[in-house]
Amino acid sequence: MAHEKMLSRKRMEGAIKALFFLCGLTAVGAVLFISVYLVCAGTPAIQEIGLARFVLGDAWNPQQEQYGILPFLLTSVAGTGGAVLLGVPMGVLTALFLAKTAPPRWAGAIRAAVALLAGIPSVVYGLVGMVVLVPAVQRAFSLPSGANLLSAVLVLSVMILPSIVRVAETALRAVPREYEEASLALGATPTETMFRVSLPAARSGVATAAALGVGRALGEAMAIIMVSGNVANLPAGPFTAVRFLTTAIASEMNYAPMGSLWRRALFSIGLVLFLFIMLVNAALHAVIRGAGED
Amino acid sequence: MEAVLRTRALSLWYGSAQALKGVSLDVPENRVTALIGPSGCGKSTFLKTLDRMTEVIPGVRVEGEILYRGRNIFDAAVDVTTLRRQVGMVFQKPNPFPMSIYDNVAYGPRTHGIRRHGELDAIVEKSLRQAAIWDEVKDRLKRSALSLSGGQQQRICIARALAVEPDVLLMDEATSALDPISTSKIEELIAQLRQRYTIVIVTHNMQQAVRVSDQCAFFLQGELVEAGDTQAVFSAPRDPRTENYITGRFG
Repeated sequence: MAHEKMLSRKRMEGAIKALFFLCGLTAVGAVLFISVYLVCAGTPAIQEIGLARFVLGDAWNPQQEQYGILPFLLTSVAGTGGAVLLGVPMGVLTALFLAKTAPPRWAGAIRAAVALLAGIPSVVYGLVGMVVLVPAVQRAFSLPSGANLLSAVLVLSVMILPSIVRVAETALRAVPREYEEASLALGATPTETMFRVSLPAARSGVATAAALGVGRALGEAMAIIMVSGNVANLPAGPFTAVRFLTTAIASEMNYAPMGSLWRRALFSIGLVLFLFIMLVNAALHAVIRGAGED
Repeated sequence: MEAVLRTRALSLWYGSAQALKGVSLDVPENRVTALIGPSGCGKSTFLKTLDRMTEVIPGVRVEGEILYRGRNIFDAAVDVTTLRRQVGMVFQKPNPFPMSIYDNVAYGPRTHGIRRHGELDAIVEKSLRQAAIWDEVKDRLKRSALSLSGGQQQRICIARALAVEPDVLLMDEATSALDPISTSKIEELIAQLRQRYTIVIVTHNMQQAVRVSDQCAFFLQGELVEAGDTQAVFSAPRDPRTENYITGRFG
């Protein structure tokens, strides 16, 4: 009896282990499947169009067989760059405030607000951006329309805030108190101490925060499709109506006929986006590893 | 002998717990003053109050005066950053910044506005020489200070403190985390530094107090029990509590 019980327990252990392993495999499988699928689905159109004409072509007009994605590519670069330029300093300063100077009650309130910000669905960002931000931008700069690169950058910079704040705050909190005391004891002010000791000591965490922001901004589609104007222009300035790599796929997939070059080209855009994000992540990780070394 | 620092009826509370009880002590110029006493007696608190480093702890309240060269350091007109520049501090645990050796030592001067490379180079070399570590690190100033041994790190911290040209150097059990060889190096260093600086050390180690200090102050439960010439305190303590402590009957 006891022996049987032990045996069944052992079998149970084995089954649970197998279940865990299977769950782990699902993630690996999904990544593999998506990678392979994107490569298979994305390469034929690129071959047909020609890599240079596809990536460097500055006109996207499927009706006239023009499949240049440079406008989308540059828009994604500019939009992400702008969002990071605004969002990272804002997020890091928020994190400094939360980790170092905020009175506990304020810190609690701000932390709760940031957590809520992270929970807002991106379509809601887009909606609010469309009805509030876009008209505001239009009025502020007296433009015919406020749906442009600037509006997209503003929405993205707010969207990437929560992850930046959270990761940067954790990194700043982990800075040993002794470093800060040493700085104060040398006659540095609390502000000098924050910027010259705490922040550099937390630099690899802050870089990770920035990397998260880049990833989020590059991959976002839903929120910016509603505020960016969604026209395949080269991003000539902040007031250009633009279309991102992500929003190009999202907005045209329903119109491109099954099996057409147009539809296959959209998959190729997906492949480019995928490779682009991988590349950026790899580059940022290299930077982080370099920063964490000394 | 002029007293650089003088405390008058100095009391300090952490919240409702009193850590210092009316301490009055003179710290003479170009001498080494050792603060001794069992754990929790208030000697470290006393030391940290001398450059107002206790202020960063929430809920701290101070009464009484500390006169630095005749001026009360708690005066509203006293700039705490200037005070801390004049009264430097070396901590118990070596705490170099996670930066290069050079940047560690140059941190203070840079903070106080020195930017020119030549000037910084000269300060860094002079400070490292004064801290008796120049020869060990001169070829690797760009290396991380964290790559050094504990004893070397502590001497980097001393060099960092000296780089802002302080008047007084406070050392909070600066050798307690170090091995015996590093400890004796730092003790030799203290003996050299007393010619230029006024030094106050906190130590748990009786022999160390005898070896390095000119004047000695014994603390017990937040009170200053006895202070005077180190030889006198150790050979003929006036208070029986001092005698009990230095003969090892408690603490």
